[in-house]
Order: sequence, then structure tokens, then C-alpha cells
Amino acid sequence: MTDMAAPDVPPASNIGPDAIEGRSLWQDAWRRLMRNKAAVASLIILGLIAFFSVFGPYALAWTYDQIDWDHVEAVPPSLALKHYLGTDSVGRDLLARTLFGGRVSLTVGLLATSVALFIGVTVGAVSGYLGGKVDQLLMRFVDLMYSVPLTFFVIILMVLFGRNFILMFLAIGSVEWLTMARIVRGQTLTLKHREFMEAARASGGSTASILIRHVVPNVLGVVIVYVTLTIPQVILLESFLSFLGLGVQEPMTSWGVLINEGAAELEITPRTLIVPAVFMTATLFCLNFLGDGLRDALDPKDR
Amino acid sequence: MTAPLLQVKDLKVHFPVRTGGVVIGRYQALRAVDGVSFDLAPGETLGIVGESGCGKTTLGRAVLQLLPVTSGAVTWLGQEMTGLGAAAVKAAREHMQIVFQDPLASLDPRMTAGDIIAEPLRNYHPELSRAEVTRRVGELMEQVGLLPAMVNRYPHEFSGGQCQRIGIARAMILKPKLVICDEPVSALDVSVRAQVVNLLKDLQKTFGLAMLFISHDLAVVRHISDRVLVLYLGKAMELATRESLYQAPRHPYTRALMSAVPIPDPVKERAKPRIILAGDLPSPLDPPSGCVFRTRCPKATAVCAAKEPVRETSAHGHDVWCHHWRE
Repeated sequence: MTDMAAPDVPPASNIGPDAIEGRSLWQDAWRRLMRNKAAVASLIILGLIAFFSVFGPYALAWTYDQIDWDHVEAVPPSLALKHYLGTDSVGRDLLARTLFGGRVSLTVGLLATSVALFIGVTVGAVSGYLGGKVDQLLMRFVDLMYSVPLTFFVIILMVLFGRNFILMFLAIGSVEWLTMARIVRGQTLTLKHREFMEAARASGGSTASILIRHVVPNVLGVVIVYVTLTIPQVILLESFLSFLGLGVQEPMTSWGVLINEGAAELEITPRTLIVPAVFMTATLFCLNFLGDGLRDALDPKDR
Repeated sequence: MTAPLLQVKDLKVHFPVRTGGVVIGRYQALRAVDGVSFDLAPGETLGIVGESGCGKTTLGRAVLQLLPVTSGAVTWLGQEMTGLGAAAVKAAREHMQIVFQDPLASLDPRMTAGDIIAEPLRNYHPELSRAEVTRRVGELMEQVGLLPAMVNRYPHEFSGGQCQRIGIARAMILKPKLVICDEPVSALDVSVRAQVVNLLKDLQKTFGLAMLFISHDLAVVRHISDRVLVLYLGKAMELATRESLYQAPRHPYTRALMSAVPIPDPVKERAKPRIILAGDLPSPLDPPSGCVFRTRCPKATAVCAAKEPVRETSAHGHDVWCHHWRE
């Protein structure tokens, strides 16, 4: 065991001021993420899907809600009619609908998950770190929320506030943060009694700074894996709500809705299922790879 | 003698422990520290020794107010610390820092060495510029024997001794007046132990700080301390200057401890009389009546069970808590 520097490290005097510039965990994590090929590829594919979902519909000849009155039936892919992937059973352009559905699904997936992430991590970390009465209060509230059936909750929201796209984020987010809070709380409890937390208190850290500097970075690994599992859940939940008539309404659409419709017509026109399914699976796959990459990147032991 | 930096008076730390069944359990007090008093002068080192579970670590934490104090007083620079608000405790902690036993566990695995050392500075002096923080961290890293180029490394990339140096640097960056060393070398290799102890001595000289040096290693305590406090089951047994305690231990417990220290000479070691203590450490949930040491004391008599010994001071300020120390 060498207590002093390893021999291959040059003596301090030879190192310029640039070499000792401090780096943060985030800078290190970004560098490590960029070295992970699967994660970078996923990031690029996700970026492309998002780009085409946002800007693609403007470049197409048909809009998502436009019915091709000359062909009110499932048209196979045709360049002449500018239905590059054909149409659905009522003559709407499938590519336009899939790209537009991507907007809805990605927005719901990302926004609802961010809401869940933010509330869940805050509540979980505060609850676990402070303990005692605060913990009891917050966790009993989580129990209470768990016991409310989702559809019932959404229907009440709809009745109170009317049908609204934003409500969907609220409804889904309000359900998804519960598990997140539980997970973060559990992790925080195990962290709380580690010696470095005591060291942080002894060196004058306030509760907020300890939570931000020590608790959150140390629970991130688990949280990120859970987030990559939550996004698909949220996207599917949205299609379930839409199916019940509580989510997006015709002619608006989302991947979940398209897959539902496509499954019904699987025997006649399999592409109405395959096209949205390919987009959604690609997204979910990429999210999983990206999640794994992020988890590894944020763990300094895994250089 | 100058005014004491730290005064601890009749300090008691009891933990509520649930005993008995799950349903009809009751809470009992675990007396981790039970009425300990001492003073600490600026620049002085007080060694605290005792076997496992005697309350050494709890005492250190209680002085820092990291643990709730049951009763007694901790006076820091004339100011009573117990019962102070969070802000006042935080302000006082700027001048009292701690070095932990487990070097790796006391460092956040997701922070770089530089960030760890800089943390107290950021907490207490957020007004300092980034360059200034970097400069001070680099300076201190050199002082504790780390290369400033190592700022970007994570704790798991260091050896145990280097981790402890980071822990020491973190405790020193605020230039505190008191550093509590909670068994800082127990987890280290023997070869590294001496380096770290000498580093602590050097830093003490440079910064003029007082230390509470908690350890179960009598040789290390002898090397570093000015005075030594012997604890047993949360109570003080003997408090004396290093020379007085090591040359003429008065308390039977201290004598037993001393006789257990190996001498690096096989002939003398074999010839040396050993005082072997019978039995186990009694439970701090239910300590013996009178003198807590009487159940294992070779000199125990009826008076030991009946009456708790009080502090008796002999020549040279040698304090001992025993009915029979004169024998």
C-alpha cells in the first residue's frame, strides 16, 4: 500500500494550473456518458424521433386529421398519393398520424415523468432524511393517494375542471410520484446513517444543502433506472385513459391510441399496428439504454 | 493556566432503548455517557481511552452536538452549547471539526476529493470565489501530504491512509480551534498509522489547535496526548497528565489496561505481570450499583457496591474515581 502518490503521477510542481482545475460529478458523468456507445446511439435516435415528431408533420402533404375523401379506406403505401406509409381505415395519412401521436406521447411521457420525478424525489428525500413526524405525515399521505383508484381520480378531476390536456399530466404525475417517493425514501434511510452524512452535518451543512449535495446524487442511480421504467408506463397509461375517453380525443391521437386502433385491424392492415409500434418500441428501447448509460455514468466507481 | 477552550461538566448521554416484547415493550435508558467532566485548554491534546462500548465515540459526538445531550453542560469558549438553536450550533461548529474512524465511509462516494475538502469552506464562507477555494484546497492538500493534482479523484481511488488525509484536510480547512479525532488511525495499517499520527501532531503545531483524541490504542494516545482520560462504561475512571498516568496509574482499571499493552521485547513481555479482568463488560442498560467497575475489579469491597466513588485529586492534578486508589 502506497500512502503517498503513485509513482506514475508527476510531482506537484510539474503540473500547470489547468491540470488541477476542479471538475464536478456532472462534468465527469457527461464525459463517461459520451464514451458509452449504446447510450450515445440511443440519444441520437431519441433526438431524431423527437425532431421528426415536432417538425415532421409540417413537411408532409397531409395533416393528421385530414381525411383523403377520394380514398376513404385503407390505402396501401403510395408515393403518388403522398401517403408514404398508407392510410388508416378512414383514409387518414398514417405517417402524419404517427408523427403527431409522437408529439403527444413524448410530451406526456416526459412531462408527467418529470413531474413525478420532481415531486417524488423531493418528498422521498425530505421524508427519509427528516424522519419522525414529517416522515409519518408524508408517508401516510402517500398511502392515502395509493388507495384512490386512478380512473376514479381522473373522472373527478375531469368533472371539476373540464376536459383538459394539462389535467392528464396532473393525473398521471400525481399517481407516478408515489412509488418514486417510496423508493427515494428507502434509499435515503440507508444513506442517512452513513458516516459521510454525519461528516456533512459536522462541517456545517444545512438540511437543504445536505439533501442537494449528498442525498440526491447518491440516490440518482436507482432513480434513473426507475425513470426509464416509468416513461413507458406513463405512455401506456395515457393510451388507457384515452381509451376510456378521458385522455386525448379524436381526431387527436397518440402512439397508445394508434396501437390500440391498429391492434383491432391487425388482420386486415397490419401496418396500422406496426408503424406506431416500431416508433414506440424504438423510443422505449433507447430510453432503457440511455437510463443504463446514465446510471453507470453517475457512478464514479464505474469508470 | 489560560481560560479553557472547552468545558464539559457532568455530561450525560442516554439513548432510549426498547426492551422486552414487541407489543408490551418499554423504553430503558442506555447510559452511553454518564456524568463525564473535563476541561480542555487551547492547543492541548486530551486522549480518551477505554474499551469498546465505553462511550468514547458518543462523548466526541456529544461535544459537537451531533447527538442530543441528556443532561450536563458543554461550554465552548464560555458559551453554553446545549440547548442552543441550530444556527448558533452551526456557528460554533465552525471552530470545532471532527475526523472520523472509517476513512472511506466518511467521504461521500460521489464527490471528488477537492469538493469534499472544500465543503466546510463553502458552507461557512459562500462568499469566497471559486479560485480562492481552489487555492486553499490545493494548499491544504499539500500540507496533509496529498498531491494537489488529485482533486478530481473520487474516494474509492485512494488508499485508506490517503482517504484519512482527505478527512483530516476537510477538518482543517476552516482552521478550527478544536478537532475531535474519533479513532482516526484504528482502521489504518500500522505502517500508515504512524504517518497519520505524526501528520496530526504537525498540523496541531502549525494551526495551534486543541484535540480530543479518542482511541483504544494506548501507545498512540501516549504518543500524542498531553492529558489522558480513562473511561469505563460511560464514566470517568482516571484523568491525569500523560506522564503521571503512564508511569503511575492509580485506578485498578487503568492498571489492567496498561498491563495489557505488549512490550516489544519477548523476555520482558513474558516476565511482565498481567492483570486479567474477569468477566464481561456489564450492560450499560443496567450498570452495577456504586462503582461501575466493581464487578470486574480485583480490589472491590463492600463499599464499592454501596457508594459511587467521587473525584479524588492527588498530587500533580491526578484525578481518580476509586475508593481504593491509595492501596
